[in-house]
Parts: sequence; C-alpha cells; structure tokens
Amino acid sequence: MRSQELLWRTKDPEILRQLGKDISGCGLSGIINIRGQRISGEAIRCSIACQHDRGNGLGGGFAAYGIYPRYRDYYALHIMYDSHDAKNSTEDYLDHHLSVELGERIPTRPVPNINKPPLLWRYFVKGRKEEEGDFEIADDEYMVKIVMGINATIPGAFVFSSGKNMGVFKGVGFPEELAEFFMIDEYQGYLWLAHNRFPTNTPGWWGGAHPFNLLDWSIIHNGEISSYGINKRYLEMFGYKLTLMTDTEVVAYLLDLLVRRHKLNLNVASTVLSPPFWKDIEKSDDKEKEAFTALRMVYGSAMLNGPFAFIFGFTRGMVGMNDRIKLRPFVVATKGDNFYMASEEAAIREICPEPDKVWSPRAGHSVIVELDRSVTV
Amino acid sequence: MKTFIPPDFRVYIEHERCRRCKRCLMNCSFDAYTFQDRVTPDDSKCVGCNRCAVFCPEHAITISNTPIGYREHPLWSMKARKDIWKQSETGGVLLTGMGNDQPFRIYWDHIVIDACQVTNPSIDPLREPMELRTYLGKKPDAVSVKMDRDGKLELATELLPQIEINTPIIFAAMSYGAVSLNVQKSIAMAAKEFGTLWNTGEGGLHEDLYHYGSNTIVQVASGRFGVSSEYLKIAVASEIKIGQGAKPGIGGHLPGEKVNLDVSKTRMIPQGTDALSPAPQHDIYSIEDLRQLIYAIKEANGYKPVGVKIAAVHNVAAISSGIARAGADWIYIDGFRGGTGASPTIIRDHIGIPIELALAAVDERLRQEGIRNSVSIIAAGGIRNSGDVAKAIALGADTVAIGTAALVALGCSLCQKCYTGNCAWGITTQRPELVRRIDPEVGAERIYNLLRGWSLELKEILGALGLNSIESLRGSRERLRGIGLNEVELRILGIKHAGE
Repeated sequence: MRSQELLWRTKDPEILRQLGKDISGCGLSGIINIRGQRISGEAIRCSIACQHDRGNGLGGGFAAYGIYPRYRDYYALHIMYDSHDAKNSTEDYLDHHLSVELGERIPTRPVPNINKPPLLWRYFVKGRKEEEGDFEIADDEYMVKIVMGINATIPGAFVFSSGKNMGVFKGVGFPEELAEFFMIDEYQGYLWLAHNRFPTNTPGWWGGAHPFNLLDWSIIHNGEISSYGINKRYLEMFGYKLTLMTDTEVVAYLLDLLVRRHKLNLNVASTVLSPPFWKDIEKSDDKEKEAFTALRMVYGSAMLNGPFAFIFGFTRGMVGMNDRIKLRPFVVATKGDNFYMASEEAAIREICPEPDKVWSPRAGHSVIVELDRSVTV
Repeated sequence: MKTFIPPDFRVYIEHERCRRCKRCLMNCSFDAYTFQDRVTPDDSKCVGCNRCAVFCPEHAITISNTPIGYREHPLWSMKARKDIWKQSETGGVLLTGMGNDQPFRIYWDHIVIDACQVTNPSIDPLREPMELRTYLGKKPDAVSVKMDRDGKLELATELLPQIEINTPIIFAAMSYGAVSLNVQKSIAMAAKEFGTLWNTGEGGLHEDLYHYGSNTIVQVASGRFGVSSEYLKIAVASEIKIGQGAKPGIGGHLPGEKVNLDVSKTRMIPQGTDALSPAPQHDIYSIEDLRQLIYAIKEANGYKPVGVKIAAVHNVAAISSGIARAGADWIYIDGFRGGTGASPTIIRDHIGIPIELALAAVDERLRQEGIRNSVSIIAAGGIRNSGDVAKAIALGADTVAIGTAALVALGCSLCQKCYTGNCAWGITTQRPELVRRIDPEVGAERIYNLLRGWSLELKEILGALGLNSIESLRGSRERLRGIGLNEVELRILGIKHAGE
C-alpha cells in the first residue's frame, strides 16, 4: 500500500521505475532456516503483506513446518467442511481407517474481511491398516489413499494439509487478513511459505487457495500452467484424482510422482518439470546428453509449460524454480542461515533489509535449499 | 455396348487463344485429345486431372463439371445412377483411388484451438526457442538417473531404441508400384533433408533408395512383397501392415498394368501379374500371433522398433490396447479418409471410421489402462494442413503421417484414377514417359517446402498457445474446443464445446 500511495504522489520516472509494481498474477514468499531454528510466523506475514498488490483478495495461505513438535510422529490432517454432515461422514471415515490421537478446531480469530469460513478442523492421526492388502503398502502411500479417498468421495469435505509436524493454513481473503484469522504469528516454524493469490482462471474458493499440499509436500505457485491438460491426463494415468479445478495441483502431484514414487532426486525432478532446450542438451557431454534426452522422452507429458514461478516445501527443504523462459519474477536471497525466496526483492528486504546475497535465478534453473544434515526435525 | 454414362467433365477450349502447340495432347495420358486442324477434346475420356490446363501456355483450356440436366433425386444421386450404369456395362467391382470422398462430417473442421490472452503470455517463435522434436518408440513409465561425483547426470535405465524426428510429421506408406520410383525418391530425399521418416509401403525397397535407410520405415504386409533380411536390416524400423484406412479388411491391390520389370524385381513377383495381397496376414489370426510376428521381425531387423498399422474401425480402441500389449513400438491408425492406389469403391466409401474419433478413443483407452507411454501413436488419414496436425497432436497423436498431402505437393489433383496407372502427373504410374514428369530433385524440394511451411505454422500455433515444446500440446485436449458437435461426439473426442 505504501508504494501505491507514493506512486499517486509522484510522476518522477525514476521513482516510478523503482516503485512501479507489475500486477502479474500472484505473490510468493518463502523462508527457511537451514539449522532448523524456528521462526515466528510474523516474518512471513510481513513479507507477503508487502506483496499485497499481487493479489486480489480471493486467496491467500501459509505453509509452516516444525509447528507441531509434540505430534511430530502423527500425520496432521487439516480438513475444511462446508457442513456438519460432511464433518460427521469424514470423522466416521477417519475412525474407520486411522487412529485419531487428537481432533480439534483449528484456532482462529474473528477478522472483519474473512467471511463465512468453512468449518476448519485438524486431526493428528496414524494409519491403522485393517483392510487386506493395506499392510503391504507404505505408510505414506496409505495416507495418500486416505486423502484422495476423502477428497474424491465425501461431498463438502476437503483435506488441505496432510504432512507430519507441518500444516497449511489458507482461505479466501488477503494473506495478511488470513494470517490474522489463523493466528499465524503464534506458530513457530523453521520453514515458511506464503502465497497471495490473484485468481483468474479458477473460482475463488477456500480449497483453491495456495499452498497445495500432499503429505509433507507443499507448493505455492505464481502463473498458469499452459500444459495443464496433458499434465492432468498424465497424472490420471498413475491414479491421481485431480479435483481442485486448478492447475497448481498438477505441480504438487507431479513432484509426488517423480520424487516419492519414481525416486528421482529433487534436482532431476526439477529438470523434468522445466527441462533444458534441445539446443542446450546438444551441447552437453555424451552421458549427460543421454540422460537429459531420456528424461525428456519419457517425461515429456510431465513438463510444465507456460509462465510460472513456484516454491515447494518439504520436511527437509525448499525448492524454487521458474519456467524455461522465465515469464514470472523470482528472486532468492541469503542471510546467515536463512534463505529467502520471493516474487519481489522488496518482499525479502522487508524482513531482511541487508541480505548477504541476492540474485534472480536463471530461467529453468532450480534453487534447492536443504536443512543441514546435522539437523533433525 | 452403348454407354449410358454421361461424361463427368466438360473440356472447353478457347480456340482464339489456342496456338495449336499440341502440348495438351502430349500431356493428356488418358487420350482425351485428338488433333484435326485444331484440338478436339473427348469429354468422356477426361478425368478432370487438369494436367492439360496447367500446362497450356495460353491458358486456353477450362475444365468444368458437366452441367447435366437429369432430374434431381436426393436418394438417387448422379453418383448412384452412374455407378449402376458402370456396373451394368462391366459386371465388375468398381475401383477407385484416393480416400473416401463421401460427405461425412470432417471433425477437424468442428474443432478449434485455444490461444493465450493476458494471464499467460503467448510466445513469439521468431524470438524464442520453439521445439518440435519428437521421439517414436516404446518408453518406460520411469527412468532412473544417477549423479556422478561432479554432479553430472548419468542414465541408469536402458531404453529401447527410439527414432528421433525433427517435426511431428512423417510420410504415409505409399508403395513402389502404386507410386513411381521418382515419387518415392522425392519423398525419401525430403524426409532425409528434413529429418523425418518415409515409409516404403508394401512394395519392397528399390536398390536406389537403400542409402535413405536411416529415414526409412519398411513395411511388412500380408503379401510380404520384397521382404528380405536385408530389407528389414537396412531400415531404421519396420511396420506390420494389418489394415489401411481406404480399404479396411482387404489386402493391397496393384493392377498388373503397373507391374513392370523394375517393380516386379523389387516386389519379387512376376512381371505383369496383379499383386493382390491376402486380406488377412495368414500368420496372424489373432493377437498372440501378432506378438510372435513382432518379435520375429525384431529378431530379423536387429531389435529396431516394429510398428503396427491398422485401419480405424469400430473397435479400434480395444484393438490398439492389444497391439500395445503385444509389444508394438507404435500403432499407426489410418482413418477412412486415408488414400490408396486402388480400392473397391464400395469398400472405400462405406467401411471404417474418421481418424479424429479413432485417435481420441485410442489415446483415451491407452491412458485408462496406464499403457500410453509404452507405445507411440501415429495418426493418418486426411491430414490437410498444420491445423489438422496440431489438433491431431492435441487429441493424443505422437505424430501424424501424410500421404495424399505429399502427393498434392507433387501435383496430384485428386482425380482418383490412380488405379489406372495412367496418372498424367507422373505420380501413380509406371509408364516411363509419365514417370519422367517428376524430377526427384524438384519433387523433393516441393515436399520439403511443405514440411517446412507446416512446421513453421506449428511453431506459430504453439506460440499462440503459450507453449514452447510440442510435448506440452500432445494429448492436451483442454486446449481444443468443439463447434457444432453433439454430446456424444464431444465425449468421444474428450473436448469441451466452445464457450465452456
């Protein structure tokens, strides 16, 4: 808002150049402390609030890692319901498939602009595999099945967070209002993501806000996936059910497919999503050329095409990347043990005025920041 | 017997313009002209190929449809009447060339493509890289990649051979015999120059074309014409031909008039005999037999890809699933508009289904079964321009194949008389004086130009869609919309209606 006001007062082109903001979709912000030290949610709130103009009040949200140390061995399910019926059916479903350690309302404060929120509940659960065949699948796989089961079959219920020792908080409104609503300042996390949304293609509903999450994967995204159609059909082939009417969902599920199921490391997975051009592959040495070519041949349908910048978070780190020709802004900075990623440098300097290093990563190149190996979370 | 059939065409000569150079007489291979003081046409012999009109230096020739005054009847069209007259005079099976010419719905013309506005920028192909490269072959679902000490990637999965093409357009199978050697030379040269593939069809591979091997698909059809160990080894891939869009359920058809010495050598059959391929492959009576043949050919061709070509018929989706599971590297689906050198008219016009619907059904079925990666899809049968190519790829094709379009580039005017062997354009003929009408160098240039033009247009379409690589369009039906289609058609095509 501050810059907007200045903008109205001045016509000086130099000031305009410095202050003028591109209204281009969404705003992103991410912070990680690689020593695993926990930071209050206040920092990320300030950073995303600085990017107010990148949203239109139809969606905002946060992902916070390290916030539930007491329940670190439990999957924390955050679920939104549009009715008590949906809640009752879901709780029956949970009781049937899982051991629920604790179920409670997600604490909120009344905020004037946040209207008609859904029922917001969280459950700390462990898998209880009863059905034949379930014993053969890993815990994570089982949880994915449960989450997909609820989202696809129970009307009015939506699991929007399902990782361990982390949680997503999101809804319709500006992110700073949602931070107030969800009492973000009262949580402490070592990794934070925040998103400010300017929805154009998909209706503004609580479930459609970012971050998108599955297990400990969370993703925030600015842009439009022009290859959505084929990415979706590709994922469906592997049993993913895409229910959210938005294209960011495909990014989350693609990462799940590539990293968790196909065991590609993050670097390789990001190469799949934003692969080098053939002309650049031609320049690499024979072995690398063979590897890149195979990745593009086999995973062509997983390539993300169109303008985007996204940040995804997971238990041990954070990855940010751009599309192949950098059609969306994306800035990275470091200060001591803290790494920052955002749509705008201003959003970083708002909370870290003198970073050690600031740079704008090259098109298609991912920036991967992981917790120090010595850190346990 | 007096014929009751009125001529199809009326040849009109402006004698004030005509300088009596007789070029029309030389050019007409159907003997429709005689010269007695001045050029005199015989309308009944004219096939409407327009060779004479194009080559008349004075533009003195106009060919038009005969304006005939028979009483109209919606059921008893002129075609219906003429066909009966023809059969009552000959007692034979009516033959024709080219693809189905009946006015069935052309789905391409009821599909439109998306473009970017505001929220995602379109991309300018003249300023940004734009990629059309495509790989044909069987791909695994996943690969594993190791990282060496220097952080360099190294592939840890062995892939089956893949064929790289520079544009998602290859050439359809057109056999030596059906077309002239100069046509095959033109196509093979263009394929090599552009970095794509051409297909021998079922007529064997002439020695002059051996050095195009790395751009050649050799076909193995039910007649096994010209198939030898060398033939299979020399090419980059083999293709088992089960069916053809213009004549599903029947075998290839080469009239003896077109089997000259060279054709007979290449096909390994006696000169002058009709080359009639059996309707089925007699060693394939079911899917398990196909599997055996695929692997037998792989043994013979050095484990290069083996594709399977089928005609688009009602049950094409289930058949394709079987073919994928039988181990084929690609499925080539030929819609009912696909061309032919010779086919019974009744078969051509009444059997088979449109490629648009067949392609959509096959791609969707393979995805439902989770095996789409294991096989490439080649769509053919009525691809007229780069718009059709883009739509086919968005429906799910890995590449399209073009046959008729390539022949049109060489001059073909779709007169449908390919089966006579008298093609005035020198395309579907073996008469030496007609074959000479195509200079392979010039022919190759025309076809290369066509590929180039379409490929540039494809890049423009991708750019408008905000994509910079063809694989992001492949199977992306979300970028298509239907116009004037009913719900069943939209469901089969897997697309929404415009406005949705």
